[in-house]
Amino acid sequence: MTEVVFWIFAASAVVTAAGCILQRNPVVAALLLVTTMFSLAAIFVLLNAQFVAAMQVLVYAGAIMVLFLFVIMLLNLGRDPTDRRLAVPIGATVVVAGLLAAELLALGRYTPDRLAREALGAALPAPAAAATTGNVVQDVALPLFTTFLVPFELTALLLLAAVVGAVVLAKRKL
Amino acid sequence: MPAPLLGPALALSGVLFSLGVAGVLLRRNAIILFMCVELMLNAVNLALVAFAQLHGTAGHVMVLLVMTVAAAEAAVGLAIILAIFRHTQSVDLDNINLLHG
Repeated sequence: MTEVVFWIFAASAVVTAAGCILQRNPVVAALLLVTTMFSLAAIFVLLNAQFVAAMQVLVYAGAIMVLFLFVIMLLNLGRDPTDRRLAVPIGATVVVAGLLAAELLALGRYTPDRLAREALGAALPAPAAAATTGNVVQDVALPLFTTFLVPFELTALLLLAAVVGAVVLAKRKL
Repeated sequence: MPAPLLGPALALSGVLFSLGVAGVLLRRNAIILFMCVELMLNAVNLALVAFAQLHGTAGHVMVLLVMTVAAAEAAVGLAIILAIFRHTQSVDLDNINLLHG
């Protein structure tokens, strides 16, 4: 059952992502990308990452994509007939993206277990079972505020720099 | 800790990342280019979450950090697009060759 649901959302994610890169109208492309992100949020739930799924909906679909839509509408970008979609020869793109996809798909078949079995001839020792407390928020918050405290503080600095940079760039006259 | 969906999730991650790369190569609209970058970041997030099934919730923390970086990138990138649009009245990357020399 989980597998069926996974493949439904996976198909939805791939179809809407493909639509996003082929769509001429930026508004429609942005809405298709929102659908991709919702599908990914559903897949995150299936992968036992409920908190990340909630953040995906709030931050990506809710904040970042709204920012994109806001800018698209602010610039009044409609369907652009002069948008030369195939600026790069499509053959080259198909070759590059196809090769990349083939490589990644080949890698995807190598789970850590299989790699260990082929390299060491034995299955990996069971990874130290993550100490799950049963509380999905606590499971993420505990490493975030202990092991990853410094990166977390650095993101605060990064966000400050981004805010200042965005204001400086977007303001007509300081 | 069983991870039945690890393989399929990594495959989906690879397909989405490749779609993002194809979009960056094919499109000339700066905003759609940025959306393709977001798509690639999302694909990486999916891979991190898939591996977190095996290696604990540190992967989830990484995803949160990636989301923060993506938000910062989107804010600065869209501000740059706004500034360029004011300058050239267009977001077509073919028209943006100020650094061409």
